[in-house]
Amino acid sequence: MQRVDHEKRALRAVRKRADFGPDLDIGSYEHETKELDKVRALNDLPGDIAGASTDVGIETDESCRSGTFFQINHSVVLSTVYQDGLEIMSITEALQKYDWLSGYRWQAMKEDADKFTAEAELHQHQGYFIRALPGSKVELPLQACLFMDQDSLIQNVHNIIIAEEGSELHIITGCAAAASVNRGLHIGISEFYIKKNAKMTFTMIHKWADNMAVRPRSAAIIDESGLFLSNYVCIKPVRTLQMYPTVYCTGKNSTARFNAVLVAHEGSDMDVGSRVYLRKEGSRAEVITRAISEGGNIFARGHLIGEVPDIKAHLECRGLILSEKGSIHAIPELEGKVSNVDMSHEAAVGKIAEEEIQYLMARGLSEEEATSAIVRGFLDIEVKGLPSQLQAEMKKALHPKELKDRVL
Amino acid sequence: MLSVENLSVSVEGRQILHDLNLHVMTGETVALFGPNGSGKTSLLKAIIGVPSYSIESGKIIFKGNDLTRLSMHERAVLGIGMSFQRPPAIRGVKLRDLLVTCVKKRGGVDPGDINDMIMRLGLSDLAERDINKGFSGGEIKRSELIQLQAQGPDLLLLDEPDSGVDLISIELVGSVINELLQKDRKKDRREKAGLIISHAGHILDYVNADRAYVMLNGTLQCSGNPRELLDDIIEKGYEGCTVCKG
Ligand SMILES: Nc1ncnc2c1ncn2[C@@H]1O[C@H](COP(=O)(O)OP(=O)(O)OP(=O)(O)O)[C@@H](O)[C@H]1O
Ligand SMILES: [Mg+2]
Repeated sequence: MQRVDHEKRALRAVRKRADFGPDLDIGSYEHETKELDKVRALNDLPGDIAGASTDVGIETDESCRSGTFFQINHSVVLSTVYQDGLEIMSITEALQKYDWLSGYRWQAMKEDADKFTAEAELHQHQGYFIRALPGSKVELPLQACLFMDQDSLIQNVHNIIIAEEGSELHIITGCAAAASVNRGLHIGISEFYIKKNAKMTFTMIHKWADNMAVRPRSAAIIDESGLFLSNYVCIKPVRTLQMYPTVYCTGKNSTARFNAVLVAHEGSDMDVGSRVYLRKEGSRAEVITRAISEGGNIFARGHLIGEVPDIKAHLECRGLILSEKGSIHAIPELEGKVSNVDMSHEAAVGKIAEEEIQYLMARGLSEEEATSAIVRGFLDIEVKGLPSQLQAEMKKALHPKELKDRVL
Repeated sequence: MLSVENLSVSVEGRQILHDLNLHVMTGETVALFGPNGSGKTSLLKAIIGVPSYSIESGKIIFKGNDLTRLSMHERAVLGIGMSFQRPPAIRGVKLRDLLVTCVKKRGGVDPGDINDMIMRLGLSDLAERDINKGFSGGEIKRSELIQLQAQGPDLLLLDEPDSGVDLISIELVGSVINELLQKDRKKDRREKAGLIISHAGHILDYVNADRAYVMLNGTLQCSGNPRELLDDIIEKGYEGCTVCKG
């Protein structure tokens, strides 16, 4: 019954434009792709796919991972778990296995939010289900990769991630397109449920292609004393990226933290925000964005909504414009609905301060070396509460090999 | 090593240094006194080559090279190093990383040496922090100094290395400066030289200066023995220096 309802509502929204970002013609992408065989281990993947996935944080040596999920186009080719208390499987398998799971589907967000959520409901191409069982602390990160290697394809995934009461879960998700892909559309629905006293970190690294359109749709619900930490890195070219992940702090003393690092190259349009509803006393939110334009355009949004007294929330956006062609538009919004809230924001957009370049030049660095060092430093955000391994993974994603010679 | 000849410098269209002459020989340490706003820092910035300090006339010669057209980077590579009075904070660039880069630039020294330098100047915590971000006044001085150690320049331009430094640290700062200036060698054996700005001259209790200049209103009024000049300033004020001009 439930299923029919979702479909019906989705059908009514197929033409509904998203609130932000350029409109897209979903019909111009292909739904046809062949079903791929499963592999036994990451090493069995074709070399170019394995190689490309390592750029987005996927480790082919799985000894430092608690589990792996790998999807190529519309096929789940691998899903393994190496630790008790942890479940990883394709969403279709999970929905068959657990009756109760349908109750989580489209709970954190609605299928009729826009044409992209509707499309994902009407044509779902897998996605993952990840769950940490009550009380289980999974210290090693688990990895999930959503890969596209067919040109002009559409990939609609629906992910549901649950950290049960008192559990701890660290996820690294890499999304990438093969070098042969020029255009395509990726729609990723992700619903996160962080139960009482649970902790979840979610680090997402994107590496797309020049003409890829990307529409992630994410929402999280955090119960009492839960913590949700989301990190996002997208520093490679993409045609258009638009997302506005939303968190609902519905439990007392729940905490949400967002970190995003965006680099827009010439030809890239990014419209990325984070929204947090603080709905119970003691809730905390922190949204930090670093945006660099190397010729592309970035809208960096943020919206904090304080609905009850005794909450604290901060929004910080720093933008660097490195090319005359680029633009950065920071739009921080604070909405206090009662008096006793503590909400603040800080935004700065500009070019690198001459004085900083000069200072490093006086130490013997060339102008380019000084600039690169400052840019690297700008991108280097230390994420509180992130396991060191994932911090290193983020660092690696932020400082790809090509940059190494140019910088400190 | 350094000759500044008939130098006039302007910033944002306003001339701040007028027809200034100054010489520093290899092996020498020269002190520079003068009231606030007289142009001491501006002179050092003109020598190191901060672009907004534009040379209107005259020239700066360093080791036989006319510096006028050289960038700050090129001047640093030639062997000029400066400790800044008010250096900028650089977000995300760790002091240690910059030290490593400076050391590498001049071709080596193993990382152990950097650690020793850090320990000696008591900068263990600071080394892992963003450069100058939230550094206290005294910490900035030590951080500037360690950067010069990593750089190892031939000409040290030290802008008030003693201001705000506590009574214990100043001895340490003094000994590091002495090392950088190769004070343990005979003067004619040294390859280094220094130009040190100081107000109270505290640093000169630890670092021996050969000569001193007094700057007033953007030009050098007189030169002489550092101690005597300081005593004169204390007694007669900076105005006393106008008397002996010429
Ligand atoms: N970048 C600048 N823009 C505008 N004015 C400047 C600039 N740099 C220096 N000046 C001016 O030039 C004059 C000399 O400044 P400078 O910093 O050289 O003085 P100083 O002798 O080092 O003083 P202090 O003892 O206070 O450090 C001052 O009047 C100062 O305001
Ligand atoms: Mg000064």
